[in-house]
Amino acid sequence: MSDSIIRTEQITKSFGDVHALKGVDLEVREGTVFGLLGPNGAGKTTAVRILTTLLQPDAGRAEVAGYDVVRDAEILRSSIGLAGQSAAIDGNLTGRENVEMVGRLYHLPKAEARRRATEVLERLGLNDAADRPSRTYSGGMRRRLDLGASLVARPKVLFLDEPTTGLDPRSRLDLWDMIRELKAEGITLLLTTQYLEEADVLADRIAVIDLGLVIAEGTSDELKDRIGGEVLELHVAKHEEAARAGDELQGLGQGEHKIDPQTGLVRIAAGTAGAEIVVEAVRRLDSAGVEIADIALHKPTLDDVFLTLTGRGAEEAAAEIEPAPTGRRKRGNR
Amino acid sequence: MSVAIAPTRITVATRTRWLWTDTKVVCWRNLMRFVRIPSLFVFSIVQPLMFVLLFVYVFGGVITNLPGLDYTNFLMPGIFVQTAIFGSTNTGIGIAEDLTSGLLDRFRSLPMARSAVLTGRTAADIVRNVVVVFLMVAVGYLVGFSFNFGLFHALMAVVLTVLIGFCFSWVSAWIGLTLKDTETVQAASFTWIFPLTFISSALVPIVGMPPLLATIARNNPVTIWANCVRWLTNGYVYVTGPDGVARQLLPEEGTTGTQLVVKSLIWIAAILAVFVPLAVRKYRRLT
Repeated sequence: MSDSIIRTEQITKSFGDVHALKGVDLEVREGTVFGLLGPNGAGKTTAVRILTTLLQPDAGRAEVAGYDVVRDAEILRSSIGLAGQSAAIDGNLTGRENVEMVGRLYHLPKAEARRRATEVLERLGLNDAADRPSRTYSGGMRRRLDLGASLVARPKVLFLDEPTTGLDPRSRLDLWDMIRELKAEGITLLLTTQYLEEADVLADRIAVIDLGLVIAEGTSDELKDRIGGEVLELHVAKHEEAARAGDELQGLGQGEHKIDPQTGLVRIAAGTAGAEIVVEAVRRLDSAGVEIADIALHKPTLDDVFLTLTGRGAEEAAAEIEPAPTGRRKRGNR
Repeated sequence: MSVAIAPTRITVATRTRWLWTDTKVVCWRNLMRFVRIPSLFVFSIVQPLMFVLLFVYVFGGVITNLPGLDYTNFLMPGIFVQTAIFGSTNTGIGIAEDLTSGLLDRFRSLPMARSAVLTGRTAADIVRNVVVVFLMVAVGYLVGFSFNFGLFHALMAVVLTVLIGFCFSWVSAWIGLTLKDTETVQAASFTWIFPLTFISSALVPIVGMPPLLATIARNNPVTIWANCVRWLTNGYVYVTGPDGVARQLLPEEGTTGTQLVVKSLIWIAAILAVFVPLAVRKYRRLT
């Protein structure tokens, strides 16, 4: 495809014994939002760091905006913006000064950097706080400021590494709106996320990445089709009866059922059976005397996709790899 | 959306201009810290102030082998040098802080000159050191110190002190980039700074030291610098001979003051020649 603006071919990266990327192919078309979805430790951040020239791949090639990320790294940096996991801002500078500084380092003329800083701050609703030292900002404001700084040079491609991790629901929705707006302006966005819902809502195409490999790629609908139809989910009233419910429902739907005694959940790939399967499930459990708390047939979510692709839920996958690295990155500067 | 600023090729001229403009931006950014938190300057001189008070009033009374030279005038030039070296630890701590906060990642994703993060930081540290040295001179005057060798030499003393701070900023930058954690950097810094500055003539005449330490101290660049600043402030230096008797060496005997200045500058140049490339290389290779 000639209009792909990000393209990687078999990139690998290891840190000692840890194989963070084991040959990743990605292709992102210009003007789209691409979601890189996976649990903690899947290799998402490593991929972003390679595409933004912070890391060099051990093998393979990657091109962004027509530039090779290794050979043309210097030139490429003018065309990209990066907003990372931690808000990379200087707490001693005001919001305006932070954005202006980044603009100056993109080699915008002083007056232009100033003009654009005002524009960006207004756009992100940071006008009132623009002239306050940014260390007084809330977490959501810091993240918005960080995004603003990455926008100041109007990059062709914007990389957002887990942009909403740690944000409150309101700030998250604000950021989603912002991402949609940027896409409408023609900016290509690559965002990583461990929230399936987020990729579902925002991304035109999604690559599911696990243990350094892309295990599935496509639109959200394509990925859901992999499940083969709908999903029946029910909770039993007494959690300890989940296993017995599973036995009673044997043979229903397709494949193996997922049973979680912790929550009393039984999940069945329903295929195209529709309402019939609900009726059948209710009938069987009723005659066995298992009380149902709730039952629903729904379109598969990406969580279902992940479960189908890897045989484990996204959260389990993250927990397997490492305990979440909380508190390793310190926020803020003196 | 047009990207007007993306050049197709980066020439040497452009690169040089970027290094200059980017250094200015990063320098400004580092100096804003002192504008927003002016008390940082106060903390910068608290520690040297303690040393001055400790040595002038506690130890000063027993240091008597300095015929004709007041101990305060002996001590203050050493304190200037020591303060410059101690102050350089801030560079490494600051860089480690930027590293953990993610700010260095941002800088490295920008089209800015790669070494500008370090040149900008060390340039800001020059400005900081100038202010700190002047504050220390003011403190010196309060406890009886004075420049006795003319304005030109006094200014030379200030310049030399600032240069010493500058070259150690690069040492510290390298340490910061290597250890990457603020607390580790802080702890590690003192393991070399204490011996370096104390096993020298910076604070006390070498004569009182055991032979091994005295040998180390005589060859320590800090001794050369402290003596040089002493010459620039007093017009002469007292150096203790092997017989244990302090005698006036400069400017009459052997070494001239100019030679001392040249030697001091060579040491500074040598440290810069080693640690500037090391730090820049470390920065480029950050992952």
